[in-house]
Parts: sequence; structure tokens; C-alpha cells
Amino acid sequence: MAKYTLKRLIMAILTLLLVACLTFLLMNSIPGSPWVSEKAPSQATLDALNAKYGLDKPLIVQLGKYLENILKGDLGVSLKMQQNRPVLDIIKEMFPVSAKIGVFALLWAILVGVPLGCLAAYNRGKWLDSLLRIICTIGVSMPSFVVASLLLTGLGGNDQSMFPTIFKASLGVKSYVLPCFALGVYPMCYISRQARSAMLDSLGQDYIKTARAKGLKNTAVIFKHALRNALIPVITYLGPQIAFVLCGGFVVESVFSVPGLGRYFVQSILNRDYPLIMGTTIFLAAFIILMNFVVDILYKVVDPRITLEEGGN
Amino acid sequence: MNTKKLLALLLTVVMLVGIMAACAPKAPAEPTPETDATPEAVSEAFDMAVCLASEPKTIDPALNTAVDGAIMIQHFFEGLKKWVDDGNGNATLADGQATIEDKTVNDDGTVTYTFKMREGALWSDGTPVTANDFVYSWKRLADPATAAEYNYMIDMVLGFDEVAYGVPTGEFETVVDEETGEETQKEIVEYADPSTLAVSAPDDSTFVVTLKNDCPYFDEICAFPATYPVRKDIIEAAADQWTFDTATYIGNGPYKMGEWVHNSYIKAVPNENYYDVEKLGPDSITFQLMDDANAMYTSFKSGTLNFIEEVPTDEVATLLANGELNVVPYLGTYFVCFNNKVAPFDDARVREAFSLVIDRNYIVEKIKQTGELPASAYVPYGVYDAEGPSGDDFRTVGGEYYSVSEEDYQANCERARELLAEAGYPNGEGFPAIEYLYNTNDDHKAIGEALQQMWKTELGVDVVLTNQDWAVFIENRQNGNYQIARHAWIADYNDPCTFIDMWVTGAGNNDADYSNAEYDAYVAAAKATVDPAERMKNFHAAEDLLMGENAIAPIYFYTQRYMLSEDIQGLYYTPLGYFLFSYCTKG
Repeated sequence: MAKYTLKRLIMAILTLLLVACLTFLLMNSIPGSPWVSEKAPSQATLDALNAKYGLDKPLIVQLGKYLENILKGDLGVSLKMQQNRPVLDIIKEMFPVSAKIGVFALLWAILVGVPLGCLAAYNRGKWLDSLLRIICTIGVSMPSFVVASLLLTGLGGNDQSMFPTIFKASLGVKSYVLPCFALGVYPMCYISRQARSAMLDSLGQDYIKTARAKGLKNTAVIFKHALRNALIPVITYLGPQIAFVLCGGFVVESVFSVPGLGRYFVQSILNRDYPLIMGTTIFLAAFIILMNFVVDILYKVVDPRITLEEGGN
Repeated sequence: MNTKKLLALLLTVVMLVGIMAACAPKAPAEPTPETDATPEAVSEAFDMAVCLASEPKTIDPALNTAVDGAIMIQHFFEGLKKWVDDGNGNATLADGQATIEDKTVNDDGTVTYTFKMREGALWSDGTPVTANDFVYSWKRLADPATAAEYNYMIDMVLGFDEVAYGVPTGEFETVVDEETGEETQKEIVEYADPSTLAVSAPDDSTFVVTLKNDCPYFDEICAFPATYPVRKDIIEAAADQWTFDTATYIGNGPYKMGEWVHNSYIKAVPNENYYDVEKLGPDSITFQLMDDANAMYTSFKSGTLNFIEEVPTDEVATLLANGELNVVPYLGTYFVCFNNKVAPFDDARVREAFSLVIDRNYIVEKIKQTGELPASAYVPYGVYDAEGPSGDDFRTVGGEYYSVSEEDYQANCERARELLAEAGYPNGEGFPAIEYLYNTNDDHKAIGEALQQMWKTELGVDVVLTNQDWAVFIENRQNGNYQIARHAWIADYNDPCTFIDMWVTGAGNNDADYSNAEYDAYVAAAKATVDPAERMKNFHAAEDLLMGENAIAPIYFYTQRYMLSEDIQGLYYTPLGYFLFSYCTKG
């Protein structure tokens, strides 16, 4: 296990290095610069800005310097979105907000999605299955801005009301309800569909027949034998999804004015805020790598037949 | 079986409720309801909740370039001059931190202003504001090391060019382009020390500044955020992090920063050291940082916000009709920019034809719908002419260059077709493929589609619409990689110069690549003279040329829209886009 972890760690570092280099290359190959504006700054000002933020150096030198700084834990400062603010500070301040909403969004998505999926599978072809299918199809096909905007205009009120329109951490639980709900709709429906098909798959297996033949109770068959196997595709989906959802949904955060990390992923690119693009991308990449590792461990927990070493199933 | 089904459903519901309740486990105790306040208790604190935009790029007065940033900065700082309410909600200039004591025209044409500092003016930490603070701030603004994009706002100050742009030395160095490997010769420029900028403080209460030549809008510059004083000791200690901490964000304005929750809100509280603190309106101003128009509007409706500038596009018509949405003038022009150097738009007749067939009324009434004025010239209404605020404005004096009335539209189109035929393209035959470039945005797209339609039906010319991401778009337009592009210009200060001098040959913002020696001469003459009438005569002559040659095709003059809670009074506004909330009252 230790050997396996070490191997994964080395792979992770190499992957991150590759991600950093590729992102750097890509963002510098798109036209535009952080300093573009309807009112063009003078050449002297541009030179001064480039010199101040080290953009006047050759790209390879900039990349080298950046990688060197990362090792020291310095991700640089934002150039445009929050000029001069350290990228690390931005991530440290915004990520917990996004993560909190993301955790609850996923929690309800799993806790509702999986049982609903099982329910649908168990009632395959009946009206309940059809109803759930309709609900889930709507859920996965509705863009998040529609869900969020509908919730906002339909339920939003002032700070004293059930669901305030502007997110304020000081208002406590009620500020979280709508954003968590909106963010969880898509994963919930998706998980439910996945759980249903995986469940149907395992219900048709021989060992289920064996279990039934042994005279086990229906609940035991479903929850002990079938569900366990049905969870594997759900876990596979959840790995990277956790990373994405915890880093914040741009649209949902924008609609509910949540001070989260989501907006930075999109807007840093539109603003050509180079250090912020690098910082958020590397952060997300590291998170995804970590979650994939956790998922691999979880596979083993759910299904002991799976071995983690190379050559395993 | 049925009970099990029910049970599962019940479980689902329980879980849902559980999650809802579990959100934010460490939620603080519910705020005590207002019910404990006795009915005759003193009026509750008035918090003015305002939404201008999302998180500002910066609130450093020297570095800010945005209108939302400028509005906040005007509440936290005060310049030599300030904007006050004229009683009708319009801002006029008044003495801020200083009074002009003397203005001398020197023998060499330079002009020296002597300001006397306001007595008892204090920073929010209680230390006095001195003339040296202004000296430091103005030098900091000009210093290339500060890299302030709006440093040109004080380019009339003697010595500015040498400090900010440097002096060519006549020596050259070889620069190798990293991508192409091309070698170019670049002249070495030497920058003068910021201390050579002609600003000084003979004593703590006297601020002296010398201008290259008199500048009629210098008063307004003195009220412009970039020229506001900042603290040397703080900036030297905290460097460029000083704006992020309430302890170091020390200002001299009516309000000070009480709290900044990034991407959420900035809360301004009265600066008890401000000389006029007694008269301030709101007990606090909350600048809510949001970027979704739908959310802003819903929050305004629910009463969470008292003031918003943005509303969802599909609500505009209704809100305008019932009077809830207010529209005020805003000094800016939306126009089509032709690439004057590239065929077929190097032909003035083609440009004129393209301009004449634009149905400006249609664009204003059917697409924009917020009271914009169809543009019959480049400089918008509301820009001062020779007599300043009291006389006719520049547009009224200058008149129209073509008719924008609906009855004349067909005649305009007729004339346009003649012009296009003269240029060698009768009915648009043989006209090359044309591309209209705009940055990705629904409004720009709608206008582009209307233009495309007008050029097609009236001139028989096919135009392809191309949209690009903002940064790419700007770079292409500035480098001349376009045929026709959308453009817009917002005034920095109330004077035609801000609109006219951008089209001088080789100017940094001359994206149309317009070049006319006569035009350059008029602008130079206008800038050199101290006589207001003479100055405006030159500006009018320059605009005559620009419009006569149709270097650009103006479409409409901007307006600013806003919504304000019914029970709030005392808001005032300048057509530069600044709303001021310091003296708002409720009830």
C-alpha cells in the first residue's frame, strides 16, 4: 500500500508539472493581454506594467520563475480581477465558501439520488419509474442558470425572508438552501440515473438469484448485495465531480452572489489574469488527482476483489 | 410492498429536510428580531445598500480605471475639488480639500495654480491632510513605477511627459522579438525623476502646481479620483497591499471602509474625522458586489438593495413605461469604427454611404430602448462649450452633420446609394467581402445584426458578423486587424478634448487609423490657446473634418439607467457616470 501511494504521489507531481506547463503555454498562446482596455494605456505604462509583473521576460524564464515560486508556496498576485492580491489568499478565502456549498449540494445529491435510483430500478417499468425518469431527464437537461434563476425569482426575498436573494454567511442556514439545492440538482439526477442502471445490472446477476434462493429478505438482497455493486459507477462519477462541485459553480455563485471560487475559473481567462489562471487550474488539477486517488481506495472498500496494484482488475 | 414504497419515499423526504437543516452547522444564533424595539424608539440606522458591479479591480485611487471603482473611491477620499449637489440631483464642482488662492499665467505660457488647504481637514486616522500628501500622490500617479493607466489625466502638468513618457536619448538598442526572432531598433528613452514634476508644497497648507498651458477642465481633474491624496507612510509600509485592509485603507473622504468581504460587499461607515460628518446621510453604505442583473433586480424588488444600475434586458421596457427605471445622460458615444487605411473603407464616399444608411432611430428605439439619443455627430450632448455649464453645449453649438429624423431616412439612403455608385459599386456590385467585428455580447450582437440588415437592404452589400472574446477583440481593433468594428467612447472629463484628441495621427486610441494633417493642426491649436472661444472654434473645426470625412459612424449617445428606492432622496449624479450617496436620506 505504501509503495502504491508513493507511486501515485510521484505520478501526481509529474501530472501537475505537465498541467502547469501546458496551461502556461496555452494561456500565452491566446491573443490579448491583461492590460487591454477600450482606452489604450500608453506604451510607457504598458512597459511599466509588464516590467512590474515580470511579463517582459522571455516566456521560458517566466515559466521557470513561476515553477520556482510555486515550490516556495507563492502563486503570484492577481493582475486584473483583484489587482495585486495574492492568488493564494484568493483561493484560501474563496474555496471554503464554495466547498461548503459543494459538500451539502453533493450530500443531498447522493442521499436522494441513490435511493431514488434504487427505487426506480426496483419499480422498473412501473409508473414510479416513469415519473422519476421524467424528473431526472428534466434535471439533467436544465442548464444551471435556469434552475438558479427560477429559484431566485420564485422564492427569493429580503434578508428577513426564508430565502434571501443575496448570500450572506451571517444569515446562516437560510442563505445556503437555494444555492445548495440549485448546485445539487444536476448531480442528483445524474446519480439517480446511474444508480438505476447499475442496480438493474446487479439485480440480474446470478449471485442475486442465489441470495434470493437462500431465502434472504428483499431488503437484505437489495441493500446488502445489489447496492454495493451498484455503487461502483456512482463512485467513479463522484471522484472528479466532487472536485468540480467543491470548487464552485460559476453560474450558481453568480446568481446567488456567493463569494466563491467558481467565478475565477471562467473570468480569470476572459481577463487574461495569468497568475490567477495558473493558480486556479493547478489547484483544481491537484484536487481532481486527490479525489481520483480517494476513489481508487474506495473501490477496494466497496469491492474487496479489486486490487490496487498494477495488473489488478 | 406498498408500505415499503411509502417508507422509501418518506425516507427521501426526511433526508431532504435533514440536509436543509444541516446546512451551515455552525450557524450563529439567529439574530434577535427587531420586535424588542419599542415603537417610539429612535429611527433605526439607515444603511444605503447599493449595487454598482462585482468585485472592483482595485480601489487604489491612482490605479483605478473603472466607474464603479471611481464611485467608491469618491466616498472614501476627497480631492482638491469635489462634486456637490446643486439641489436638483446634478453634481457641480465645489472646493474639496483646498481652495484656489491664486492662478498666474507666466511669461512662458505656463500657468501656476496655488491652492490653500482646507483648515482642519483630517485623514480617517485623525492626522491632518497636508499639501505634501498631494505632492506625493501626484508624483506617484506620474511615476512609471506605479504603472497607473490613468496617469495621463494630469498630463497638463509641467514635467509630466518627461516623467511618465521619458525623453528620447537619440541612442538605439536592438530588440529581438521573441516569437518571430525579428530584430528591431528601439530608441532608448530616459525617464526623468518623478521629483521633477511641477508640483510642490512650500508649506503644509499650500499646494502649488504648474501647468504647461491653461487647461479649462483642470478644476474637474482636481475632482478626478486619480488625483486624490494617498498616504505616503502607509503605501511605503504596506506597498500594494494597502487597499485590502481596513486598518491601512486610510482616506480623507466622508466615509471610510468598515468591512470588505471579497466578492460579497464593501461596507462604508462615516469617517468621524471628516469635516462635514454631521451632515452625512446614510449611517452606512453597503456596496454589494454582484454581477447577475437578474439577481440585482430581484434583490431590489425584495428591498435588500436600495439602488441598482442594471436590470434584466427584458424588464427594461416595462420598467421605463411605469417610471420605475430612471434614465440620465451619460457622456459617451457608441459608434462604428472604419479602418480608414484599408480598402474599401479608405474611400470617404464608401464610409459616408455606410453611415447614412444606418437607421439610428431603429437601433435606439427597438434595440436599446433606454432613452439613448440617435447620434448625428461624434461629441455627445452635455459636453461643455466655451461658456461652460451656463452656456449652450458643444453639440448644440456644433449642430448636426446629417439628419437623424425618421422622415429623412429614405433620402439619406438615396444619397448613400449614389455615393456607393460613385465609388464604383453601383447597387453594391463588386463590393468586396466585409466583416463587422464586435466583442461577444448580446447587445452588440443585436446592433450588429441590425446594421448587417441595413447595409444589405439599402446598399446591397453583404456583411459577415464576427464576434471575438473581449481581449482578442481589443487587440485586433487596436492593431488595425479589422474592416469595420464596434466602438464606444466614454468621457473622462467634461470637455470635447476627451473625444477629439483621440483621432490625432498616431494617437494611442486612434483605432480608425484616421490621419489628417489639418485635423492634427486644429487639435494642436486648440490645446495651445488659453482663449476658450478660440479653443472651441478649433475643436469644432476638427469635428467638422472628422465627420465630413466620416472617419467613423456615430450611432447613439449613451444614457445611464438606475433604480432607486422610492423613500430615498438626496442622490446626485454627474454625466461622467458617478452617483454620489453621501447625502442620501430616507423617509
